[in-house]
Amino acid sequence: MTPLLDIDCLSAGYGAVQALSDVSLQVMSGEIVTLIGANGAGKSSLLMSICGDPKPRAGRIRLTGEDITGAPTHAIMRRGVAQSPEGRRIFPRMTVRENLLMGAEALTREDPAAQLEQVFTLFPRLKERLAQRGGTLSGGEQQMLAIGRALMSKPRLLLLDEPSLGLAPLVAKLIFGAIRRLNAETGLTVLLVEQNAFQALRLAHRGYVLVNGRITMEGSGAALLARPEIREAYLGGHG
Amino acid sequence: MAYALQQLINGISLGMIYGLIAVGYTMVYGIIGMINFAHGDVFMIGAFIALITALLLSAGGMLDGPAAILLMLLISMAFTAFYGWTMERVAYRPLRGSFRLAPLITAIGLSIVLQNYVQVSQGARVKPMEALLPGGIEVMRDGGFVVQLSFTQMLIIGVTLAVLAVFTLLVTRTPLGRAMRACEQDRKMAALLGIDTDRTISLTFVIGAALAAVAGTMYLLRYGVIDFYIGFLAGVKAFTAAVLGGIGSLPGAVLGGLLIGLIETFWSAYFSVQYKDVAAFSILVLTLIFLPTGLLGRQEVEKV
Repeated sequence: MTPLLDIDCLSAGYGAVQALSDVSLQVMSGEIVTLIGANGAGKSSLLMSICGDPKPRAGRIRLTGEDITGAPTHAIMRRGVAQSPEGRRIFPRMTVRENLLMGAEALTREDPAAQLEQVFTLFPRLKERLAQRGGTLSGGEQQMLAIGRALMSKPRLLLLDEPSLGLAPLVAKLIFGAIRRLNAETGLTVLLVEQNAFQALRLAHRGYVLVNGRITMEGSGAALLARPEIREAYLGGHG
Repeated sequence: MAYALQQLINGISLGMIYGLIAVGYTMVYGIIGMINFAHGDVFMIGAFIALITALLLSAGGMLDGPAAILLMLLISMAFTAFYGWTMERVAYRPLRGSFRLAPLITAIGLSIVLQNYVQVSQGARVKPMEALLPGGIEVMRDGGFVVQLSFTQMLIIGVTLAVLAVFTLLVTRTPLGRAMRACEQDRKMAALLGIDTDRTISLTFVIGAALAAVAGTMYLLRYGVIDFYIGFLAGVKAFTAAVLGGIGSLPGAVLGGLLIGLIETFWSAYFSVQYKDVAAFSILVLTLIFLPTGLLGRQEVEKV
């Protein structure tokens, strides 16, 4: 079976900084795959590089076999990729409703009403905040909005960058629950970047460990959780 | 009283022209964070294309009536928009992602290039044009003083309001307008939502240039003389208007344009014509010192 996302020996970086070296990674349709690693390991760079910014310096990226290496960002997103990026990047001067609609604006011709409803079932809180400006939401609400906005285009592949960062444990749990539900109910394929390795590995079918821009380990979520070196390096707090 | 009313009319029609140019400054600033110092010269190009169209029409014996003015306006908008597009494509896009000062210096260079290009190709002498809409209506008579609203001023006010109304609809109601607002707030995120940001930036320049062309055509009709240098002063004043209104704010640009037009006109009427530019630029200095975000601008700290 052709993987939905197939990254083959990818190298990328910014200016003189080489952020990713020789990264190979596959995501099958319907899977939740997580990428764990320390700060600065290159996790966000990898998600952004899949979206064409920065453009790969070497290697190939394929979506269901189709080569998208070097394509402009908007063209890649139009092939069914959506990202909830690092820092959430909510449009601060648009309302919650406008932010959500922007998620569908350039990516789908379908009536966004049905998709809006799905986002509201997932995050009822957003419905209460519809007319509020994005910049005035709390961190947790902004995260829900960022994910909701990414879902508006009905993506084939959802890229999530640190959805639990800076959130209260209860809110983080709600977000992880929503990801699990989406995957179970709609079969949505997710590539999840997390520093909360314990939660991420419990949620994911498979995981990769990124160290200094290179993949050092891969395996099923449970198998990685059981590895002593993982427990030591990333799960200190939960040991 | 009558005298003041006349100044009010003059000030508003001048302010409308500044406002149209100021919108171009503020749009480009909003979307790529750069002051396009060549924008005043785009206005000058617009005036020249309108004049050339008028001369061609006149040679064909068709320079007459509203149809001729409409034709001048549309042709000037179309060609000037093309100038705007080319400018962005050739001079600014290659510098995207470069250090902040690079496009700014390029803009100043481009301004000099456009001025010299027109000076060489069209000659340095002042170009006159006959009045297309002579006359006007008498608004009020006070002793010997007649307050007049000329047909040209009515045209300027009417056309500007119509163009700004269409422009407002474009920004608030269309996919292009939403794409522009998204790029303005977070260009990287806009790209992640499938928006072609390069195309959106191109179109911003195209629209800004078309609005400057309207201003150029109106200027030509109102003052009847143009030369290659008119873009400099008008450009700096429109820039002042954009800063006064709050750079990045579209309603602010129009408001700032009106205020600068009024201040300049009233200053000339009651104090000294020689110092009218000093008055306008003092506003720029005062705004930057005491109200750097402008009247309708917002603080830059909103980034979360």
